[in-house]
Amino acid sequence: MSLQVTEATFQQEVLAAQGPVLVDFWAPWCGPCRMLGPVIEEVAGEVKDAKICKVNVDENPDLAGKYQINAIPALMVFKGGKVVASAMGVQSKSTILEMLKK
Amino acid sequence: MFDTIIIGAGPAGCSAALYLCRGNAKVLLLTHGGSSLLKAHALENYYGLTSISGSNLYKQGLEQVRRLGATVQEEEVIDLSYDDKFVLQTNAGSYTSKTLIMATGSVRTTLPLPGLKELEGKGVSYCAVCDGFFFRKKKVAVLGNGAFALHEAAVLEPLAATTTLLTDGKNIPAGSNLPGVDKKIAALEGTMHLTGIKFADGSRLDLDGLFVALGTADTNALARKLGLVLENNYLTVDKEMHTNIPGVFAAGDCIGGLNQVATAVGEGAIAGMEALKFIRARAQHI
Repeated sequence: MSLQVTEATFQQEVLAAQGPVLVDFWAPWCGPCRMLGPVIEEVAGEVKDAKICKVNVDENPDLAGKYQINAIPALMVFKGGKVVASAMGVQSKSTILEMLKK
Repeated sequence: MFDTIIIGAGPAGCSAALYLCRGNAKVLLLTHGGSSLLKAHALENYYGLTSISGSNLYKQGLEQVRRLGATVQEEEVIDLSYDDKFVLQTNAGSYTSKTLIMATGSVRTTLPLPGLKELEGKGVSYCAVCDGFFFRKKKVAVLGNGAFALHEAAVLEPLAATTTLLTDGKNIPAGSNLPGVDKKIAALEGTMHLTGIKFADGSRLDLDGLFVALGTADTNALARKLGLVLENNYLTVDKEMHTNIPGVFAAGDCIGGLNQVATAVGEGAIAGMEALKFIRARAQHI
């Protein structure tokens, strides 16, 4: 299952994590985000060497601001605290798995 | 509530409608009145027909599905969403359905504006309902001059500090109360984020967000509103014409490939049959 991350836990769970971390920036009112949700959970159930996180942009506006999120769903892959891949809009599972390999 | 709403009335849309109607489904076919088929002067590569004009074949296709009981409406889809059912808003009304078939035709090439592609997601958006939230109290503009552009502007206006309509040289629509600029656009400005628009006459406009809503809502715009996966601007489907969203199927030029009537008809037939299967399975489940 994916991990809900907040402004309080982002540093520890995402930036300081060992290995790649996928972050799905989403909001409950966003229709396309709801379509992406099950795909994210599927990826979370499959991958063993990456962490799969979600950030609710409504509840964490500072994080959305810091990463200049102005379209959702937005996906970012972090490695060693840095963004190594990003994509806007709903993506297929295969695209997400490819992003995690970067 | 319709069993299926099909967007597009070309060979793919009509072929899907044909199979659905014969399977006793309640079908609505929405068309903005255009199809790339209408541009074909003489079609000479379709099975069984030596030569036929594109417009004639198009008319016959529509006539055939009307006779089978499909409702055909010449309306432009300006919004769509999913909440237990598909909800489509057109320039004339609103419709709901259990399934949806995208037969939206050839993919329009995007405007070759410098900066447009690079600034996608960095101030350039294709969906006001999805992304308007991020532009609260900011300066935004909508690019376009049709019903679709006015719909997007109406979503943004209560949120944004200013909402301007940019028509890129076209007329400002009569029904608009928004500030409008009808000058040709030369380029988008900004590197990390959109900062403004430069017009062909050298003047500029400060902007935080630009919502692209040119012409009628095309495959790309509708896909983004609903959350359909696109690859190189084409809808992604499997062999059974299923998109990534259960109950949404796609066929014809909007999924790429040969862009031929023959393939569109075949894909439409599969999409129609699969939609029928989906409706029946759900009815049994309930």
